[in-house]
Amino acid sequence: MNFSLPVISVRWLPVWRRNLRVWRKLSGPALIGNFGEPLLYLLALGYGLGGFVGEVKGLPYIVFLASGIICASAMNTATFEGLYSAYTRMAVQNTWGGMLAAPLDIDDIVLGEIIWTATKSLISAIPILIVAAALGAVHGWGALWVLPVVFVTGLCFGAMALVITALAKSYDFFIYYFTLVITPLFLVSGVFFPLEGVPQAVQIGAQLLPLSHAVEIVRPLMTGQAPPAPALHLLVPLLYAGAAYWLATVLLRRRLMS
Amino acid sequence: MASDLVVEARGLTKYYGAQPVVNGIDIEVHRGECFGLLGPNGAGKTTTLRMLMGATPPSAGSLDVLGYPIPQQARRMRERLGVVPQQDNLDPDFTVLENLITYASYFGLRGPELDRRIAGLLDFAALEAKAGVSIGTLSGGMKRRLTLARALINDPELLILDEPTTGLDPQARQLIWQRLRALLGQGKTLILTTHYMEEAERLCDRLMIIDNGHVLVTGSPAELVRRHIEPHVVEIHGGGVEEWYDTIGRPLVQRGERSGETVFCYVNDERPLLDALSRRPELHFMHRRANLEDVFIKLTGKELREG
Repeated sequence: MNFSLPVISVRWLPVWRRNLRVWRKLSGPALIGNFGEPLLYLLALGYGLGGFVGEVKGLPYIVFLASGIICASAMNTATFEGLYSAYTRMAVQNTWGGMLAAPLDIDDIVLGEIIWTATKSLISAIPILIVAAALGAVHGWGALWVLPVVFVTGLCFGAMALVITALAKSYDFFIYYFTLVITPLFLVSGVFFPLEGVPQAVQIGAQLLPLSHAVEIVRPLMTGQAPPAPALHLLVPLLYAGAAYWLATVLLRRRLMS
Repeated sequence: MASDLVVEARGLTKYYGAQPVVNGIDIEVHRGECFGLLGPNGAGKTTTLRMLMGATPPSAGSLDVLGYPIPQQARRMRERLGVVPQQDNLDPDFTVLENLITYASYFGLRGPELDRRIAGLLDFAALEAKAGVSIGTLSGGMKRRLTLARALINDPELLILDEPTTGLDPQARQLIWQRLRALLGQGKTLILTTHYMEEAERLCDRLMIIDNGHVLVTGSPAELVRRHIEPHVVEIHGGGVEEWYDTIGRPLVQRGERSGETVFCYVNDERPLLDALSRRPELHFMHRRANLEDVFIKLTGKELREG
């Protein structure tokens, strides 16, 4: 096995641009979903559930929820792209095989795909931000600082998804990852409710996982406050991103070059 | 490395686990020739091609392609290589033109020079009218031609084609052959695998038959036919052919093989055999010159019966 660190070069760019070109062709229906889904969530849960809940940690529930949903959406979007779409390009359409016959290497493809998954996270977060702003759940232009956090979240979950893709024998394999990793993260990372109420062990566990840290930064940014210790909170998803980037590269070298 | 050698492989070997798939083969491909790599399924053809393009590292042996050591400098070599893979991997979400533009971007190619080259390639592939059409509506032959055009996007010196005409109808195959011959006329070097012996015989200047990872023979098609097989073949079938062959036919032939209900007789002089057959109207037969397929079957096929 070739465990050496990924080679970083600008050759990731054509990989990323190819995916962007496909997305632009098919983006019409996708954009409707990108706007429609958060709108439904925020209306139904923000107002519906929010009517019962009232304020959470001093915030109207819809404001609390909007910041959580942005992070969860960044995670889900990057995960889907890194699993189903990347697997399709790898194993079904053999798009990567074509790239590897050109002067691109596995390392270029992995980097291009990870940056693309993070780009998709941005594409999903921007409509949510607009919808949330329209519903009055965003305070000021400072909320745009959310976008770099979303991008880092996308890098983290996109890279993790590519590790799973590198190991997958079929699409069915991804169900395990969703059930065992993504859904629990979604539920215990402070997206829908604050973590103060859950058992201590779960709280500590959540601190070791990337999503809750993204939520910790995004929530104050959405409400016009400076986030506490942003560098520390960004470090966790960045560490996950870096480790998964390396692992995905090693595993895909083994899978595609053997 | 001599300047006219495009591929020079010595002792090329590839193991999967303990199993050698390619076992110490030597390959020399000269500039401007069409080199065929033939062998039954699982002989090691595709693995050999993958090593040549740097898609998988050899387990042992040395390999130079276009003067670059492989796999160390495979990426630089691929800037001057074109590949037509066995399975189409065109981008189904793109049009014909977008496929070419996107593939060009993997080589860092863009701008007016690329536009000119793409116009030429669409013409070459007889796809000018299809530039804006999505891939799903193309016929199998058009897709193959587009794959060939895509492989030429970087104006490569060497083209690797893995079964370029498999699954095509005869007209589509003829068109691909014509284009490949045109590329040879431009001085490009071609390496191809095929299961069609007629294709290999028509296109290849030299070829190599491999089986179980070993080289069986190398040479020009005509040379292999001359060296490895009797010049005449008589194929016989019909009621009682086996009994006739056992009693009358066998002494008249140099070598005989049974395949299904047909007996293949390989002879230096066909006349005594044809005379004998003329006395047995119930037996159907066809007399022809020996060809590459006969060599291939002799070397790789199971011989059920010696003459």
